Amino acid sequence: MDMDTADMTDTVNLREELEAVGIEEILTQLDRELIGLVPVKTRIREIASLLLIERIRKRLNLTSEVPTLHMSFTGNPGTGKTTVALRIASILHRLGFVRRGQVVSVTRDELVGQYIGHTAPKTKEVLKKAMGGVLFIDEAYYLHRPDNERDYGQEAIEILLQVMESQREDLVVILAGYGDRMDKFFASNPGFRSRIAHHIDFPDYSEPELLAIAELILRDMNYKFSADAREAFIRYITLRKTQPLFSNARSIRNALDRMRLRQANRLVADLDRVLTADDIMSLEASDVLASRVFLKDKPTAGSA
Amino acid sequence: MRVTQGCFSFLPDLTDEQISRQVQYCLENGWAVNIEFTDDPHPRNNLWEMWGLPMFDLRDAAGVMMELNQCRKVYGNSYIRLSAFDSSHGWESVRLSFIVNRPKEEPGFRLERHEVAGRNIRYTTRSYAADRPEGRRYG
Repeated sequence: MDMDTADMTDTVNLREELEAVGIEEILTQLDRELIGLVPVKTRIREIASLLLIERIRKRLNLTSEVPTLHMSFTGNPGTGKTTVALRIASILHRLGFVRRGQVVSVTRDELVGQYIGHTAPKTKEVLKKAMGGVLFIDEAYYLHRPDNERDYGQEAIEILLQVMESQREDLVVILAGYGDRMDKFFASNPGFRSRIAHHIDFPDYSEPELLAIAELILRDMNYKFSADAREAFIRYITLRKTQPLFSNARSIRNALDRMRLRQANRLVADLDRVLTADDIMSLEASDVLASRVFLKDKPTAGSA
Repeated sequence: MRVTQGCFSFLPDLTDEQISRQVQYCLENGWAVNIEFTDDPHPRNNLWEMWGLPMFDLRDAAGVMMELNQCRKVYGNSYIRLSAFDSSHGWESVRLSFIVNRPKEEPGFRLERHEVAGRNIRYTTRSYAADRPEGRRYG
């Protein structure tokens, strides 16, 4: 009876609802600042819409259950998992699904103790700090060490699972890690898989996306590529991607840092030159081409 | 006898929601909340047993409530109080302290008169809780 009357008297204006919580702003910021990652963005939009509807349903007394919001982010290094976790936290906060919206980012070190009786207080302390916000566990698969059955990681996992289940309204847990290893981790801890509602996979960036990321980073730091340098950097990306230990956007950021170093060195080498602001801002082809990636390439190119 | 010490002790016992709101107030002021318990709430007994360490760097009261509920499970028939410690320079002391759990029957205190030289009388308060025999007070 009560529900029927609620249905009839309360109408809902979705646009107003959306504007009231201001998540559209975060979502467009996400679109603008994160390049590529289309499946991730779509998924986040879906989750945000679901939560918005859930919020309205709650107000109309159509539901009282707290939705399970624990997530797992899988993907190669440098695909933006941590960055997205921070955004998710603010979306959840705006929608009122977490009360404070802080993100506590931890790895195995901060959860697992070194001797008997050390793990539980340590894990609980981290959980308490994350209450009301998001607990982001990076490289979560390290919690489980199958080769050592006396490892304290299992204890941390048990405490986590218990809190994830019983205090869903207080805490959202996001596990992150590389795809294949996370799959193994979930396979050996089925409890985790079933308690996580959203599994989001982060794809690798394509080469044009990596270039766009590089230019975005440079723009933020008030640098720019000269036309030659841009060409050289496109070749750099192609070469770097084939090398081992390529970690997407993180590798790009590191490469840019080294290029800034070389540029500074080049400028300082000629002390008598009068510099314009443009000189100081631009990275030249020589700064890019001095990279080790090209050096390695030469002998193979020569032999071929 | 109902013990009245700390904040809110002349009010009816706080509900969990009220406790949680008070804790949140403390956290928002940047105070570290600490859980303590004892069977002997003598006014001169300043040092109660600590339940874990004081909780620094918390953002939400849910963490404190989790610990409080665990403490209640173990020491449900003792006095439990929360104290909020302000670590900022110039204060460095407890800013707020209130009882959040009481035993079912509060034993209370008795007044002892001690006759001394010249038939003068010295008064002492003793808690009945401390009279319990060995092995009955703790655990």
